Amino acid sequence: MATAVMTTLDPNSRSAARGMSDLTIRNLFIIPTIVFLIVFNIFPLIYSLGYSFTDFRASSPAAANFVGLQNYRELLNDPFIWSNFAITAKYVIVSVVGQVIVGFGVALLLNRDIPLKGLLTTLLLLPMMLSMAVVGLFWKLLYDPSFGIINYTLGLGSFEWLSNPDMALYAVAITDIWMWSPFVMLLSLAGLSAVPKHLYEAAAIDRAGSFYTFFRITLPLVAPILMIAIIFRTMEAFKTFDLAYILTSQPTTEVISIRLYKMAFQEWQTGRSCALAYIVLIMILAITNIYVKYLNKVKER
Amino acid sequence: MRKTMTSMLAGIGLVLACGTSVYAQDKELTIFWAEWDPANYLQELVNLYEAESGVKVTVETTPWPDFQTKAFTEFNAKGSAYDMVVGDSQWIGAASEAGHYVDLTDFFNKHNLKEVMAPATVKYYAEYPSNSGKYWSIPAEGDAVGWSYRKDWFEDPKEMEAFKAKYGYDLGVPKDFKALRDIAEFFHRPDEKRYGVAIYTDNSYDALVMGVENAIFSFGGELGDYATYKVDGVINSEQNVKALEAYKELYSFTPPGWAKSFFIEDNQAITENLAAMSMNYFAFFPALINEASNPNAEATGFFANPPGPNGDQFAALGGQGISVISYSQNQEEAMKFLEWFIKEDTQKKWAELGGYTASAKVLESPEFQNATPYNKAFYETMFKVKDFWATPEYAELLIQMNQRVYPYITGNQGTAKEVLDSLAADWNATFKKYNRVK
Repeated sequence: MATAVMTTLDPNSRSAARGMSDLTIRNLFIIPTIVFLIVFNIFPLIYSLGYSFTDFRASSPAAANFVGLQNYRELLNDPFIWSNFAITAKYVIVSVVGQVIVGFGVALLLNRDIPLKGLLTTLLLLPMMLSMAVVGLFWKLLYDPSFGIINYTLGLGSFEWLSNPDMALYAVAITDIWMWSPFVMLLSLAGLSAVPKHLYEAAAIDRAGSFYTFFRITLPLVAPILMIAIIFRTMEAFKTFDLAYILTSQPTTEVISIRLYKMAFQEWQTGRSCALAYIVLIMILAITNIYVKYLNKVKER
Repeated sequence: MRKTMTSMLAGIGLVLACGTSVYAQDKELTIFWAEWDPANYLQELVNLYEAESGVKVTVETTPWPDFQTKAFTEFNAKGSAYDMVVGDSQWIGAASEAGHYVDLTDFFNKHNLKEVMAPATVKYYAEYPSNSGKYWSIPAEGDAVGWSYRKDWFEDPKEMEAFKAKYGYDLGVPKDFKALRDIAEFFHRPDEKRYGVAIYTDNSYDALVMGVENAIFSFGGELGDYATYKVDGVINSEQNVKALEAYKELYSFTPPGWAKSFFIEDNQAITENLAAMSMNYFAFFPALINEASNPNAEATGFFANPPGPNGDQFAALGGQGISVISYSQNQEEAMKFLEWFIKEDTQKKWAELGGYTASAKVLESPEFQNATPYNKAFYETMFKVKDFWATPEYAELLIQMNQRVYPYITGNQGTAKEVLDSLAADWNATFKKYNRVK
């Protein structure tokens, strides 16, 4: 099957001169990747599944004992873990919705003939090129209640963005929105520029309003690519660690990956943290599956 | 001829260079510690050892929040990157039971270190389990939580008069927790961007817990019975409830945004004219008497953690002991280094460089006590310190305490009694899990 879809080797190429067949070249490219995946992804995944049923602690020389489903049972009965999941869900919703609104909005603004469009687009992409840790550190300064520029500009006095337990999660989400809206913008822009111009011309001839044009032409045609952006951003937001860890230590911002990190590398409860990692993995898979099904439906339309 | 000579010299040079590097490789020691001023002082100290013995010693550091994770990752991997570690006092149970530390009991007894070092440092930095006579570390950097304050604010006649009129007694170094609270309230003036007090609130490691311990211990409370692991009725005792309420009240007199503060922020409270008083480890006080790092150096004073309502006076212990790592390839060389480190002359030099020696003789000497404005408070504190649990599961206990106490202190959730009752239940469950109690 794979050989059937491959193009034949150029007889003048260097590889052909060395006497390599198409199959050899395919293997040269594919086998290292598969080995890499097995060693660094599949093997640890299966190995940690085994650990999740034990009381293993990497910090102790004691042998691991099989405890069955105890880790899963205790984790799912732990109110702190459920509160971590609730915080994560809230964060994902606020952050992804914010990114889609801002990113898609900016893409709509940029999808027209304006001067310096290329330069503007490049500048808008800068935030997502920065490192998460650096973004976290300088937003911490921007949010500072005593000398931060945000309070100064908005005239908020000494409003506590990060120390206020009710506000801290939104503050982290705002930073994430600032950083990743350009990603949604980029994909939306690609989708928008692919919408055939004649559809808009036809709508104009039919005197369709801008509201109608947007919901009946623009949105349905951009939806598949926007869905891909949403899938990526949801998965990333679900795994958020750096920003929340650096910006604040409020219990109201302890997303599930921070709890997992503490369990694995501060408490050294290796077996239990493997179980928690599996619960998170299953959740991400389930959410992604729902999205992918919806994406296929959108594509079919 | 000239060419031959040059090549011969180059050859000899090369041989010598190779020889030296092989020699140096055999005689190198690495000590792992957190990134802070005392680690720099230790590097200066070990440079003297290199000059004496020819053994190069490097102090490798990592930021505080990563210190525990990085050290235990290396231990668990049985890595030989470090020969010695200046590890936190509460690690001793986890590191000794897992076999990461070399047993130093014979070394300890041979040099009679139980007498040479201050008693609290032997008890909390070196011995595990409690009263077992087994030693795993040599007390290296003594430390405890103390206080700094703005002498100029305290000595301002107008302030003194207003304080006396309001509270009926003289403004001065707080004699007890009640006075600490009153002074914090008195100087708390958000309109003037001046605040009462700076305390520890960071819940990512042990900062908040150390701060709360300061109140608990001085109010006459305990965290639990370290021998029997009994916590119910101890951690949620009447005194502890009052102590937690007092700490929460202090939080209301802190500068804005004070919900994730540790040693950097607490020193900034003094250097940036934010607070009248600030809690911090003694190890961070050298920066406060240095004009270059504190424009208010002249006007900064220090005091020991004040007594509680019943006159008990204790403080939370910081500090570390130096241990030899079981996976080091240079254990013999490391032991030789420790022999040099415990000498009285070395300890004197260590104190002069800015390290907080644990040597009882040096601590008691007037020379040491008069060397800085805070050494006397340090000396007094080191004989009345208490520490957190040192059991191998201390990290779980620490996180549980943070989870329960933090929302109460910074977020007004629940009452002190509810918080400590829940904490007692959490700790009890943890001790049951590890078969410490039935």
